[in-house]
Amino acid sequence: MIQVDNLTITKTGTDILKDISLKFGQGGITALIGPNGAGKSTLLSAIAGLAKTTKGRVTVEGCDMINARPPERASRVALLAQNEQVTARLTVRELVSFGRWTHHHGRPKEDDNRKIDAAIEAFDLVELASRQLASLSGGQRQRAFVAMSWAQDTPWLLLDEPLSALDPRHVRDIMDRLHALTRPGQAQRSVVIVLHDLGVAARYADRIVALKDGRLVVSGPRVLTMTGPMLSDLFGTGLTIQQVAGHSLVVPC
Amino acid sequence: MVERRLFLLAGLLALACGLFLLWNLRAPMGFILSLRFTKLAALCVVGAAIGTATVLFQTIAANRMLTPGIVGFDALFVFIQTALVLTLGGVGFAALPSLAQFGMETIVLVAAALALFGVLLRNGAEDILRLVLTGVILGVLLRGLAGLAQRLLDPSEFSIVQQATFATFGAVDKTQLAIASVILVASLLGALRIARFLDVVALGRMVALPLGVDYDRVVFVALGLVALLVATSTALVGPITFLGLLTSSLAHAALPTWRHSRLLPAAALIGATILVSGQFVFERLLGLQSTLTVVVEFAGGVLFLFLILRRPRR
Repeated sequence: MIQVDNLTITKTGTDILKDISLKFGQGGITALIGPNGAGKSTLLSAIAGLAKTTKGRVTVEGCDMINARPPERASRVALLAQNEQVTARLTVRELVSFGRWTHHHGRPKEDDNRKIDAAIEAFDLVELASRQLASLSGGQRQRAFVAMSWAQDTPWLLLDEPLSALDPRHVRDIMDRLHALTRPGQAQRSVVIVLHDLGVAARYADRIVALKDGRLVVSGPRVLTMTGPMLSDLFGTGLTIQQVAGHSLVVPC
Repeated sequence: MVERRLFLLAGLLALACGLFLLWNLRAPMGFILSLRFTKLAALCVVGAAIGTATVLFQTIAANRMLTPGIVGFDALFVFIQTALVLTLGGVGFAALPSLAQFGMETIVLVAAALALFGVLLRNGAEDILRLVLTGVILGVLLRGLAGLAQRLLDPSEFSIVQQATFATFGAVDKTQLAIASVILVASLLGALRIARFLDVVALGRMVALPLGVDYDRVVFVALGLVALLVATSTALVGPITFLGLLTSSLAHAALPTWRHSRLLPAAALIGATILVSGQFVFERLLGLQSTLTVVVEFAGGVLFLFLILRRPRR
């Protein structure tokens, strides 16, 4: 479980997060939504123990993430930050193998190779495995990065806008895979994902955490929390949820 | 393939060293060999140090057009020489014990670099760009101060400063070389020890940190090694600004790999090969018709312009 208690983060005199307290239950997908500048990325960084906190405490599986050593943090949480520009001459497989770095420290063993192969397969990268990262499209690179974080094999996977460069097919592809891999019966992985596409959140998220101006607006199961009035209030524009062919669609009203 | 190329580079250096030592060797062989060996050792150690330091610095700065010289090592060295001549006079400067001068210069250069790194990165190693820009500005300031001080010197003292601020391998003191070699070889081994961590650091801060790497620590250790490598080699022979850029670019071109355990030795071998073979050509074939460092700076400068105009990826 992730527990955030009274978390406040202030940068250059501005409160980015204000007194946030919430819990993330294990398993499934939690969508982190909110307008630009709400503090979503900062919250993810704080959970991963990478943000300088002003006040409060974050624990993941009982580990104090703010004071934990880097390998301890990396064994609990994998974070994929947004818009990472890796320019090293890496193949896709080499990039994914970095996901196991905290386990192999540059010398992958048999178990590492097995998990690297599994991540490559899980995110449909087998045909691209030996391609140079620089030769891939933005969406293909994004999938390779998600696979790298998946290969880290942590109980928690934090993804900051991983769908931003993906076409609808690959959005569906990645979310279907994440959805399947986080169901009970699997290795019980849990995903917290920053989403701007509310339709994707409505379709795949099990839980919703909504932030606005650094404050927690709502947190809970999607079916209970994700309503038209809540979204309209959150984004400051009229939004409603309609059911089409059994799926929830978020549309302007 | 990478390992084979590394062996090839080692072979090239061995060939260059062999030619440098044995070409046109006449009696008294023992004496000449001893002289040549001292110079060869200085060329190898300095070339390897500058090549390694540049690859380390470029990895940390995530920019293949930068060299450690950009943070003002060269300018500080020139400023120290000028200040010494200005305060002690030409005669006093010449009378300085060379070992003490070497030790003082090394300590001042390392201390200045560590102070700069420590002050600017005290909140973590995320602001490398600020470090580089501050280094550039400090370099300009020190060059300006050195220029002003040089205007106050008389012509004979000015020529002493000029002589002291040009890199030269011709009069390397054996004791200084031995001390520098120990520092530089230890630093090179230290760089190899953190090579695996540098592979992850090269992915960028926000990729490396979640992978469990103590990013700030690796960056500080690497910067400390850069400071030791550049300061010691500069104090030993003088500043060679663009050798690192030349070496690092050739290392990346010769070895298409991201593994620093291969890139660092490659840069060390190439740096040493450039200096040894260049010195061989100028000394033995061209009869000292030009100066090696001038040609290295020229070639490095042209490469720098090429890299800027080519709009490289990093």
